[in-house]
Amino acid sequence: MFKKLAKYVKEYKKSAILTPIFVVLEVVMEVIIPLLMAKIIDVGIQNGDVKYILEVGGLLIVSAILSLTFGMLSGRFAAKASAGYAKNLRKEMFHKVQDYSFENIDKFSTSSLVTRMTTDVTNVQMAFQMIIRILVRGPIMMIFALLMVISISAKLSLVFFVAIPVLGFILFYIARKAHPNFEKVFKKYDKLNRVVQENVSAIRVVKAYVREDHEKEKFKEVNGEVYSYFKKAEKIIAFNGPVMQFTIYTCILLISWIGSQLIVGGEMGTGQLSSIITYAWQILSSLMMLSFVFVMIIMAQSSAERILEVIEEEPTLKNKEKTVKEVKDGSIKFENVSFRYSDEQDENAYALENINLDIKQGETIGIIGGTGSSKSTLVQLIPRLYDVTKGSVKVGGVDVRDYDIESLRDEVAMVLQKNVLFSGTIAENLRWGKKDADQEELEEVCKLAQADGFIKEFPSKYDTVLDQGGTNVSGGQKQRICIARAILKQPKILILDDSTSAVDTKTDSLIRKAFREKIPNTTKIIIAQRVSSIEDADKIIVLNEGKIDGIGTSEELLKTNEIYREVYESQTKGGDEDAE
Amino acid sequence: MQNKKTGKAKTIKRLLKYVTKGYKFQLVVVLVSIIISALVGVLGVQFIKYLIDDFITPLLGEQNPDFTALLNVIMAMGVIYLVGVIATYTYNRLMVNISQGVLNKIRGEMFDHMQKLPIRYFDSRSHGEIMSTYTNDVDTLRQMLSQSIPQVFSACISMISVLVAMFATNIYLTLVVLAMVVLMVFVSKYLGGNSSRFFVKQQEDIGKVNGYIEEMMEGQKVVKVFNYEEQSKKRFDDLNEQLCDSMTKANMYANILMPCIMNIGNIGYVLVAVIGGILSVNGILTIGSIAAFLQYVKAFTNPLGQVSQQMNSIIMALAGAERIFDLLDEDVEPDEGYVTLVNAKMENGKIVESKERTGMWAWKHPHKDGRITYTRLRGQVEFENVQFGYEEHKRILHDISLSAKEGQKVSFVGATGAGKTTITNLINRFYDIQEEKIRKDKRNIRKIKKDDLRRSLGMVLQDTSLFTGTIKDNIRYGKLDATDKEVIEAAKLSNADKFIRHLPHGYDTMITGNGEGLSQGQRQLLSIARAALNNPPVLILDEATSSIDTRTEKIVQDGMDKLMKGRTVFVIAHRLSTIKNSDLIMVLEHGRIIERGNHNELIAQKGTYYGLYTGAIEID
Repeated sequence: MFKKLAKYVKEYKKSAILTPIFVVLEVVMEVIIPLLMAKIIDVGIQNGDVKYILEVGGLLIVSAILSLTFGMLSGRFAAKASAGYAKNLRKEMFHKVQDYSFENIDKFSTSSLVTRMTTDVTNVQMAFQMIIRILVRGPIMMIFALLMVISISAKLSLVFFVAIPVLGFILFYIARKAHPNFEKVFKKYDKLNRVVQENVSAIRVVKAYVREDHEKEKFKEVNGEVYSYFKKAEKIIAFNGPVMQFTIYTCILLISWIGSQLIVGGEMGTGQLSSIITYAWQILSSLMMLSFVFVMIIMAQSSAERILEVIEEEPTLKNKEKTVKEVKDGSIKFENVSFRYSDEQDENAYALENINLDIKQGETIGIIGGTGSSKSTLVQLIPRLYDVTKGSVKVGGVDVRDYDIESLRDEVAMVLQKNVLFSGTIAENLRWGKKDADQEELEEVCKLAQADGFIKEFPSKYDTVLDQGGTNVSGGQKQRICIARAILKQPKILILDDSTSAVDTKTDSLIRKAFREKIPNTTKIIIAQRVSSIEDADKIIVLNEGKIDGIGTSEELLKTNEIYREVYESQTKGGDEDAE
Repeated sequence: MQNKKTGKAKTIKRLLKYVTKGYKFQLVVVLVSIIISALVGVLGVQFIKYLIDDFITPLLGEQNPDFTALLNVIMAMGVIYLVGVIATYTYNRLMVNISQGVLNKIRGEMFDHMQKLPIRYFDSRSHGEIMSTYTNDVDTLRQMLSQSIPQVFSACISMISVLVAMFATNIYLTLVVLAMVVLMVFVSKYLGGNSSRFFVKQQEDIGKVNGYIEEMMEGQKVVKVFNYEEQSKKRFDDLNEQLCDSMTKANMYANILMPCIMNIGNIGYVLVAVIGGILSVNGILTIGSIAAFLQYVKAFTNPLGQVSQQMNSIIMALAGAERIFDLLDEDVEPDEGYVTLVNAKMENGKIVESKERTGMWAWKHPHKDGRITYTRLRGQVEFENVQFGYEEHKRILHDISLSAKEGQKVSFVGATGAGKTTITNLINRFYDIQEEKIRKDKRNIRKIKKDDLRRSLGMVLQDTSLFTGTIKDNIRYGKLDATDKEVIEAAKLSNADKFIRHLPHGYDTMITGNGEGLSQGQRQLLSIARAALNNPPVLILDEATSSIDTRTEKIVQDGMDKLMKGRTVFVIAHRLSTIKNSDLIMVLEHGRIIERGNHNELIAQKGTYYGLYTGAIEID
């Protein structure tokens, strides 16, 4: 898994390699410095040799400067490599998501994608920095320090050959024991966050139902779980420091005992004894660092998995090798189309079943149906936002799967039910439809969508800045901007998925009138709750539970279709003939 | 600046209160243990010198060296070390208790307090902001409590004891060391300052990148429909690049801090050695004391390095603690009410309190003279010239007067921002007005206990707010002790039963993330079922059926009408078919009621309502 992720270091490879090199050099200096320090005491001070002290001192200062330089360089490259690595990971994921199909997007929730691109990347980045800095530093430090010890006294080095595996084993044992507990802590943390988040966003419901105490209970439970698991994990980790101290103190005592005999026996100098003890600290603390990195890596593992899931997710919709680039006309044909969302567990639960439709270029089609009747699903098959499960959808006489996806979607404009405007000016939002559209074109489509009027009433007109999600314009205005944005594409097919629900009926009919007059050759498909929005369509499709319940003009359906008649009556009864 | 400092001091003081409260004894043990552990560490540095000078050197050159004394001193040191190790374990272990206990308590207090905060608080803050207090801020606090504080404290003890030893050995050399310390502080201030400056920039850039990611993920389907992938990639790359830049700089300064401190320490070491050497040649200092002094220099700079590394996280934790305390200091919803709502029944023509649900409610009014009177809940609501604004100078409602009688269906119509929702928010006191001008059953609502007032009012909102759990759990939110049968009945009444049965696990289907996978209409049906189960004396439906198709809405409405027969219902809707059969319709415009009456009356007036109804005027 780490191998797969390592691929994305890319242009930061140089920094990623230079970091450990400078770390090694820094470590070498750190090992040499105590040696020189010992020399100053053992030779210079003992003999009162100021010249020697100055010489070695000079050397020591040079070493310190070198060590500083190497340290700064390694720190700099580490920062560069890790920040760059994080950048690449984010980029990789973001670009990948851009290639996702609707089906892929449905699979990950928005919030989970955001977490993966933010928190998870940070975790992996931290682990990465640890790896290139400390994972190298630890073993190198250990080896160099050990070499120094051996060069002073091979006998004393034996102490370390016993101590290192013992301490290593214990530290890794602790890390391993603690890890599952930390995993549990993280899971509980997620739950805690969820409880808080749901509480905050549902605070009106909580207060309206006076459920504060219920919520407190919920929180208290999960808070208690976090507490007890965290305590359990940290209790184990609390052994780390003392175990480390115990080992090092034992080593010091052993070294003192054996060392003193060596000194008395004339095999070693007193200054060397202090040096060895300095090295003892270095050796054992590098082990400590390693166990720390070990824990970090384990913790980053699940983040790494989540990142890879995004990167490795295969877009379910792909162009065929040979694609049709041109959409001939705006005719649409559904042939025995059935559709099932892939995550549906029930094999037979089709969202759409056996749909047959024949729509000619320039026709206006209305679609009406109850909640959950799969109206949106039906139209989403036209620009190939999903692939059919059975049958085929043809646009301009060609199966949508044979088109180049981009060319197809350029000709099929769709205003989604969940309208989204982006932060930026109105003009910028409109230009989503056509990048290089000039002011005239913008005004033209806005006039068509009956948006020009209110936009011009804003102080900054087309340069009015919209907040994220377009929260500073009203629902009806938002919908009209979205419609204008879609028309700007000059598509052959225009689909409005319940896109005029907040627009008043008069404006609504003006929009439809403009459609008829200004873009007569564009095929228009309109999904609506309001009968008046589709009443004058060439054909109205009544959907019920994924099946076509009736097709025809409003007049025909009023005679033949019960559902349509009910809807029609529920909305118009009492309207003109309210007097009754 | 002064303010900031006293603010910090206050935060620390308050934090200390949490730590000392309930953990006094443990805390004393921790402090003592840290001191012991640190002193043992300092002693260890001395030990080698002592061992060499007093025990090994005398043995040098002896024919039959006697190691007994040496062994004894090593054994003695062994015991001291053991005490040190035990002390270290003790404080590590106890700090787990203390820090986790304190965090548990703080989190609990935060949540409990948050439940009491007025809606206004949630309006003025993004959810991300509130969440971050629970996660990031509490987490940095944990880091500080369990790691930084013990480490810094222990480091300080070591440094102080070493400093004392240094002064005892030689004042001049100590001054040299102190000069180096000044330099270190200066350098770490400079680097730390730069680092935190870029950390701030990094935080900003992270915010931008996260914001963009969020916006694009939210609008990903629109991106696809418009073939906008390439542009969105390009914009993202720019932001990502900026973040990478500030992140590199921030990390770089943080990374080079430690090598700088350590190597300044090394240079200090050389200075001391040179000056000491000169002094010793001149006979001012003994060789042994210089050697010892040099050890002190090392023993002094190591903990200093540790402290400098912890400083960043301590500052961050204090900033986090401040945000936590800000939350805890927020003013809670005022509630001076004393009238409560009880279930009631009639006995001998008098209202008495009842333990069971009787379908009849009464206000229980304790009087000053100790009398308790009961009055039947009727669901009358009166507004008398109510003025209101969310912000002081931006008035939303002007002179609202209305009177809803028992059993009436009262509706509000008007554009977004006309004040429809605001009115209902005043009835259940999500927001408070200053004057006493809203009355429920002829009683000023401020006299009614807030919880009881809300219990008397059911509410279904446009934003459905479902919770993670099963469908059943979610409906049951309306009545926590409801049986399965009651749940299903409520679902049938709201017409939700039909689609629930089609779900793979029926009523036991898990709902996550506010009902992902359900359509908005289905979510609304669920929240109506929740309200139906709650079966409140008065009901407010705020755009509750806005995403439900008109045919289904009709069925739902019939069910609700049956349920609420004889009770007062408030309805807000922009779809006029929803409210047509109301007893009283009020048309709002810019916070004023401009028309009122029933459907026929309003149509006859040929005013705004007529315009809306005939489609001449846009509503939203």
